[in-house]
This record gives sequence, structure tokens and C-alpha cells, in this order.
Amino acid sequence: MIEAALFQGLSWNPIDDVRQLLLFPFMVNALEAGTIVAVMAGITGWFMVLRRQTFAGHTLSVIAFPGAAAASLAGLPLAVGYFSFCGLGALTLAGISGSRRSYSGESAAIGSLQALALALGFLFVSLYHGILNGLNSLLFGTFLGITTGQVTTLLVVAATTVALLAVAARPLFFASVDADVARARGVPVRLLGFGFLLVLGLSVAATSQITGALLVFALLVTPAATAHRITCRPFLGVALSVAIALAVTWIGLTLAYFSVYPVGFYVTSLAFALYIVVRIVGALGARHPLVHVRVEPA
Amino acid sequence: MTETSAITAGHAPSDDAASATDGTRAATAGASEARPECVRFERAAARVGGRTIWSEVTLAVDAGEFVAVLGPNGAGKSTLIKATLGLLPVSAGTATVLGKPPGEARSRIGYLPQRRNFDAGTRIRGIDLVRLGFDGARWGIPLPGLPRRAQATERVGEVLELVGAAGYARRPIGELSGGEQQRLLIAQALVRRPELLLLDEPLDSLDLPNQAAVASLVRRICREERVAVLLVAHDINPILSYLDRVIYLAGGGAVEGRPEEVISTETLSRLYGAPIEVLHASDGRLVVVGQPEAPFVHGDRHAHD
Repeated sequence: MIEAALFQGLSWNPIDDVRQLLLFPFMVNALEAGTIVAVMAGITGWFMVLRRQTFAGHTLSVIAFPGAAAASLAGLPLAVGYFSFCGLGALTLAGISGSRRSYSGESAAIGSLQALALALGFLFVSLYHGILNGLNSLLFGTFLGITTGQVTTLLVVAATTVALLAVAARPLFFASVDADVARARGVPVRLLGFGFLLVLGLSVAATSQITGALLVFALLVTPAATAHRITCRPFLGVALSVAIALAVTWIGLTLAYFSVYPVGFYVTSLAFALYIVVRIVGALGARHPLVHVRVEPA
Repeated sequence: MTETSAITAGHAPSDDAASATDGTRAATAGASEARPECVRFERAAARVGGRTIWSEVTLAVDAGEFVAVLGPNGAGKSTLIKATLGLLPVSAGTATVLGKPPGEARSRIGYLPQRRNFDAGTRIRGIDLVRLGFDGARWGIPLPGLPRRAQATERVGEVLELVGAAGYARRPIGELSGGEQQRLLIAQALVRRPELLLLDEPLDSLDLPNQAAVASLVRRICREERVAVLLVAHDINPILSYLDRVIYLAGGGAVEGRPEEVISTETLSRLYGAPIEVLHASDGRLVVVGQPEAPFVHGDRHAHD
């Protein structure tokens, strides 16, 4: 039974299966969108993990949920809701982190914002009756309904964010690891922090449309965290983060296509499994110095 | 607090007896420009959050000099460094750094901020941190194969050799000891061949052998690379034998001069406006007794400015 559920239509002939995968336009769109999102999330996520802004990123992804719910309520395209709410959320977070010095105060403020976002999302969903089916896809994503127009939007957003990050890569890296010296050298540290949150908001908004608001992290955090574990070389780290995000997205989409289980589950589980493997290897490596993957004390 | 007038010595353009005894710096206020001045403060004051930290501070640091900034907690030692960098404008008087207003010569200054250690989870290589000191402020991505990139790699290697950090520069900096981290941070400050090096408590949180090693490294760099060094210290003793001059901040003002002139019972009593005694231990170490806060004792440093 399980086998039947898992591998419907799988012929076990790779060429035939790939051909079958690309047979339907919705699947081509899903693969294209997934690829774009994975590249963008891999790069943005690497900087987010470096800057220890995972919590801020998570909050932005939660904010995407009321954004989408509000858009459906107002009869607007979901993308409008995602981008406007995530953009506003990023501005708010930038205000919070700009005005507060202590990390505990900042994280408490971000947490409060997150709770408010969830409550608002719930309110909008309640106001909009008959969204029950849509609620699942808002929270957990879907790859069935991605249109060519959405793919184009994603491509524009991804190209913008990647270009911005490429131009700012070195000063942003400098400001992230060594803010005092960067500031003394004339790097606009606060402006970069502000700009990065906006780029993060854009990435989250775009990624949410594919993975849903709750599973953004599968692509934004887990591949980046895994890459940071494997290497501390910056270029290699970004490349690895992108590679992992791409791999889990492609494999996840394929598995979802040939089975009845949702794509978010596959993408998240694959990314998580890889992260666990790297941590275990790292923990073993700490005991055996021949293995060069090192792990920090938890 | 703001009323406290400073006692200036050494470089003050006054006919104070102290400046007359200082043979090497008898010429003041633009009379002789044989050695270019790196830093010059003229009756400068600094305010942070509406409070005057120090005022009427007059001092000068010449090219290639090794100068220590001393004083009790909260006297404004880090504030002096920030004012030199142009991160904090002086609220009165004038400040000139490398012949320009502070902040306009930042690329010619190497800076090592206070209390910067990387926790064990920091997944950054020392060599990347040093490299950031070289071109981290530049926008865009460096493409492989450009001559500028090879030049950067060469300079980073050179400076790592200079501070003796080449052996561990490729390991994550969080895994290194305090002394190793400090050497890498000094390399980062030095990588652009600065004319002025601002080191804010570089010996803080190091054990005694590492304090001695880093102090002699800074002295060697100062002499060999012809860099002026302004070093904020809590304890003068590890660097005492290397110093050209001392700037002592206390009581809202500053005294500048040779170490033995400044760290004396008479000068410090005048600066604090309270009886202070400087004792000379048999091993050559100086002990200052009677300050409101004892800056020469290890382990009491928190709540800096």
C-alpha cells in the first residue's frame, strides 16, 4: 500500500521519469520556481545565519502568513500580500534592531511581533470564510498552482536580491563579523543592516509562495546552517548553501510528484537529515582530529 | 566635572615648566615641523550623551612614536580613540589626524577596538578577517585573476608573517587562544600599511606572557614599519620600557609627556586634584596608590565608557 502511495507512476527508468516529470506545464513551472527560490534562499540564508538573524528571518516568514491571508481577503493576488507584509515587517525589524542595544530586548520585541503576526493571520482567515483548503497551502506551500507569471516575478525578485547581495557582499561580510572595525573604516554598518533585512524580507516573501509561510526555513536556514558547519570559507560556504538548497528542492519536488505526500515535507526532511548527518560527522570529527569538520560545543 | 581644568604638560603651547624640561619637544605650536604630526588635539573636548568626558585636552603624536593612553575607568580613553577616528566629533577645540579633520583619513589608520574576542562558535577564518581589513570596505565581488586580488593575497601573507600568525590563520578564529586572536587582529589593523595604529586595550584579557609578547610585537611594528602607535592600556607595566610618551587621562583632563614625567607623584596628584603616590617596585614596575579607582590592578574592568 505504502509503496503504491509513494511511487505512483514511477517507471524506475531515469530518462522516462524525467520526461514524465516535465510532461505537465505545472511541473515545469514548479521546477523553475523551486530552482530560482533555492538559489536566492541559499545565498540570503548564508548571510542570515552568519549575522545570527535566524529569529528575525523566522519572524518575517510568519509575517508572510497574515500578508497572504489579507491579500485573499481583499481579493488581491497573494504576491501583493506576501511582498507588502514582508517589506513592512523588515522595516519594523530594522527599527527594532536599530533602536535597541541589548540582544535580549531585541529578541523579545521580535518575538512579540511574531505573535501579533500569527494572530492577525488567524483573524484574516476567520474573516474570509471558506479558505480552509487555502489555509494549508498558505502555511505549508504547494507546487501545483504556480503560474508562468509567478515564475517571472520570482526571477525578477531573485535577480534583484542576488545582485544587491553581490554588490554589497564584502562590506556586508565585514559589517557582519567585525562591525566596529568596519564602521571605523567607513562601511555604512547600519545602512547595510537595514538593507539586509529588506533583502531578507524580499527573499522570504518570494520563498513563502512555494514553501508556505511555515516551511520557508527549510530553504532559508537549514542549507545555510549546514554549509556553515561544513566550511568557514565564505565563497565555498555560499556555493555549498546554494547547492544544498537546489538538491533538496529538486529531489523534494520529484518525490512529491511521484507520491501523495506534500512537497514541503520532503524538502524540509531532506534538508534536516543532511544537517543532522553533518552535525554527527562534525561531532565525530571533534574526537578524531583527522576529520576536518569541526563542531562547536552546543 | 566640566569645571575641572586640564593640566597640560609636554606639548602644551605654554611656558609651563614641564614643557621647558622636555628637551625633545621644546618646539611647539608649529615652530618646527621636522617630524610630521600624526595626531594633534588643541584644547579639545568630548561630550557623550550630554556629559563632558574630557576638556581642554592638548596633545600630539608624531610619526613613528609609541604612545600609551592611560587613566582610570571612565576617564575617556576609548572616547579619545573614537575622537581620533572621527566616530565622535570633538565638542570644542580642534583635532587634526594625519593632517586632516578626523574621519577623513580613515583608510590610513589601523584600528583595533576594545574587547573583541570571538566565541568558540565563530566560523570565520583568521585569514579572511585580515583580508577584510585590506579590502572589506570595497563594494562588488573580487574576480579571480585580477592583479589587485593577487596583490591582496600577497599583502595578507606578508602581514601574517610579520605578526607570526601564518601557522593558524586558516583555522576558525573562534578556536584560537586570546593571544592568537589578538595577533590576527593586529595583522588586520596593519594590513593596509597604516601611518597610525589605534589599539584599544590590546593587552586586555591576555595572560602575562602573552601581554609581554604582544607588547614587544607592537613595539617592533612601530619601529620597523614606522607606524605611530596610540595604545590604550589598563596597566602600563608590560609596555613601560617601550614607550616614547604617555597620555594620562583623569579628572576630565589630560597630561602628556615622557612616562617618568607623567607617572609621578606630583603630576598625577595635580591631575586628580587629590593626593596620589607613585611607588617604584624593585623590579622597575610602577604602582599608583590613592586613586579613586585603581586602574593598575587587573581584573576590575567592566563598565568602560
